[in-house]
Amino acid sequence: MEESQEKERGIMGQEQGDQDQGQPASTNTQHSLTEKEEKCVGVHAEMEEKEREKGMEEGEMKKEMELEAEVKVELCQSVPGLQMSFIRGTDLFGYVGIEAVLDQMRYKTMKAGFEFNIMVVGQSGLGKSTLVNTLFKSKVSRKSCTPNYEEKISKTVKLHTVSHVIEEKGVKMKLTVIDTPGFGDQINNENCWEPIVKYVNEQYEKYLREELHITRKRRIPDSRVHCCIYFLPATGHRLRPIDIEFMKRLGKIVSIVPIIAKADTLTIEERQEFKERIRQDLAANGISVYPQKEYDEDPEERILNDRIRESIPFAVVGTDKEHQVNGNKVLGRKTKWGIIEVENVAHCEFANLRDLLIRSHLQDLKDVTHNIHYETYRVRRLNESNMNFSELGLSTWLLENGTADKCESESHL
Amino acid sequence: MTTNMRYKSRIPVKTEESTEEKQYVGFATLPNQVHRKSVKKGFDFTLMVAGESGMGKSTLVNSLFLTDLYKDRKLLNAEERINQTVEIIKHTVDIEEKGVKLKLTIVDTPGFGDAVNNNECWKPITDYIDQQFEQYFRDESGLNRKNIQDNRVHCCLYFIPPFGHGLRPVDVEFMKALHEKVNIIPLIAKADCLTPNEIKKLKDRIREEIDKFGIKVYQFPECDSDEDEEFKQLDKELKECTPFAVIGSNTVVEARGQRVRGRLYPWGIVEVENQSHCDFVKLRNMLIRSHMHDLKDVTCDVHYENYRAQCIQEMTSKLAQDNRMESPIPILPLSTPDVETEKLIKMKDEELKRMQEMLNKMQQQMHDKDQ
Repeated sequence: MEESQEKERGIMGQEQGDQDQGQPASTNTQHSLTEKEEKCVGVHAEMEEKEREKGMEEGEMKKEMELEAEVKVELCQSVPGLQMSFIRGTDLFGYVGIEAVLDQMRYKTMKAGFEFNIMVVGQSGLGKSTLVNTLFKSKVSRKSCTPNYEEKISKTVKLHTVSHVIEEKGVKMKLTVIDTPGFGDQINNENCWEPIVKYVNEQYEKYLREELHITRKRRIPDSRVHCCIYFLPATGHRLRPIDIEFMKRLGKIVSIVPIIAKADTLTIEERQEFKERIRQDLAANGISVYPQKEYDEDPEERILNDRIRESIPFAVVGTDKEHQVNGNKVLGRKTKWGIIEVENVAHCEFANLRDLLIRSHLQDLKDVTHNIHYETYRVRRLNESNMNFSELGLSTWLLENGTADKCESESHL
Repeated sequence: MTTNMRYKSRIPVKTEESTEEKQYVGFATLPNQVHRKSVKKGFDFTLMVAGESGMGKSTLVNSLFLTDLYKDRKLLNAEERINQTVEIIKHTVDIEEKGVKLKLTIVDTPGFGDAVNNNECWKPITDYIDQQFEQYFRDESGLNRKNIQDNRVHCCLYFIPPFGHGLRPVDVEFMKALHEKVNIIPLIAKADCLTPNEIKKLKDRIREEIDKFGIKVYQFPECDSDEDEEFKQLDKELKECTPFAVIGSNTVVEARGQRVRGRLYPWGIVEVENQSHCDFVKLRNMLIRSHMHDLKDVTCDVHYENYRAQCIQEMTSKLAQDNRMESPIPILPLSTPDVETEKLIKMKDEELKRMQEMLNKMQQQMHDKDQ
């Protein structure tokens, strides 16, 4: 009974492990999964170890400790990439069928689907709803979903959540868009970021409670904010005080992707200068936006992320209207002096943003949220409650594991 | 005889001429005289620009007057901006065109609307305007009125960001605080990020909200009924176009084979002076070519007079409270005492008193004599 349970959780662990590795192909299942093959096997051991770390309801402490010790040694010696070179297909003298695990994973993932929670923050009128609609090519924003939508400025910052399930080529994604109307619109905008900080922490708290439950669900519903897109108005000068205050506070608890909204008012030179100044301001204030330098796992990723870091914040133009250009239908904005093509890289950087968010880094965003931001929150919470697990309704013997847990997660950070 | 006849026949013609000459007084040349005098004297105009930073105010001012007032300006970074308060900066430039001199003063308001807490960020601006009125009032009531410097703000261009869906709370509050002190002309800034439909919607929305909140922006004067149709048509178009959606630029680009002022984008070229691209030409014509004088008049006749009436009322009510003697000349509040004039005023007061007493005595004497 226990064994079978373990096996099940083993597969789950694999799934999670795969996600932890941040492989880009998971969202686009059309790509062959062979590139993951190599890493997968090496990952398995790591995943079991991680799995042990989290809730341990079976009383198999000793066995687990042994396994931990074993696996730990391996990890300490080398990076997962090198580890797997010990176990290559060529070393086996027959076909084992390990690669079939990829298909199993793929099948499971497709069945289960993905969850992605994206938050959009910015002053009213910067095109948040339009951008979200354009990104996901469907009417998912608050504007399109509220029956009596009126573009009024609300007096306080309210958070408005809309969820949709969108499907592409058999892959289902439950997309939740969290809108923040009223942010930065008043005359006195002090503390307008507080409702947002509160919301993000509440989601972490919800997840933490689910995780610490005695009988917890197989898949904990994930309502944590995976990505926060912050809209900067295209003034052409620098960051404003409200931008800095917001990003300072939120940058520590969620992955922020700043973008320049309505960028069709900046010429190319102005755009470059503006971006340069923004980057300087961000560095001067110690704000780290996604993708953060410290979390690059290997040189490959670093190169990729460096290229992205050179061009953030992306200058974006959004629209849901189509026009004819050279016989093709393109998404664009038609003005008297020309048509701004949204998906043309020479015009604006919408395509880069979309690729970053959806096509290449969606899984990474989730991983960073799960492994880093959530773990930070968890550590803080557990410290705060001073190891008083009885508050959270757990039995006392877990206390020791709790300590061990903390050490593990700290070492990861 | 013929000569007599000829002479006779000439006489009626002569009388006609002389009646004409008699009827023709010659004051129709008055405007020309005024014109000559003003050209010699030169004009002055004070324009204030207000709006958040990054709205293109400096660029627009440079484009309007074809100058470069903001050459070596340094942009504050966000740290410096956190501690910034709203400042008032004046730039004065003398422009001359075809012999007509214009002393143009631009009052800039950096820091407006940039902080996190913008409560009463318009207070420095209203204080500045009141200060200029007060100074003019003082000068006008003073003893030497030959060279009064007119620093009153004649017009305030307010830049509304194109990003929103209409007026924001800070826009409404600012305009309500200022609409009775200065001529406000609201503009939609950076209009090149809006499509023609969006511009129309935004303009309608803004006009609606201006009515709703009871904001009194500068109204163009009505056309006289005897103006020609073309002028009336232009005037009507102008009124329907407010608030003007403007784009500013001082860089010259090649468009359609010509060199024009504009902005170069990968998707096209925006021409600043093309009427179908933006309302810059309308704004310039209105501001400089047709309504500059009217703006000054409204400032003098309406805003300044309101201020003056208010000021005097306050003073007389203060006087009544203080229970001082009624003096024919209103005594100015002594906040910035000019020692010389104060002394003079005191002396005159005493003289008046003495004279009054003397009069009374004389009257008494006469009365006694009669009796």
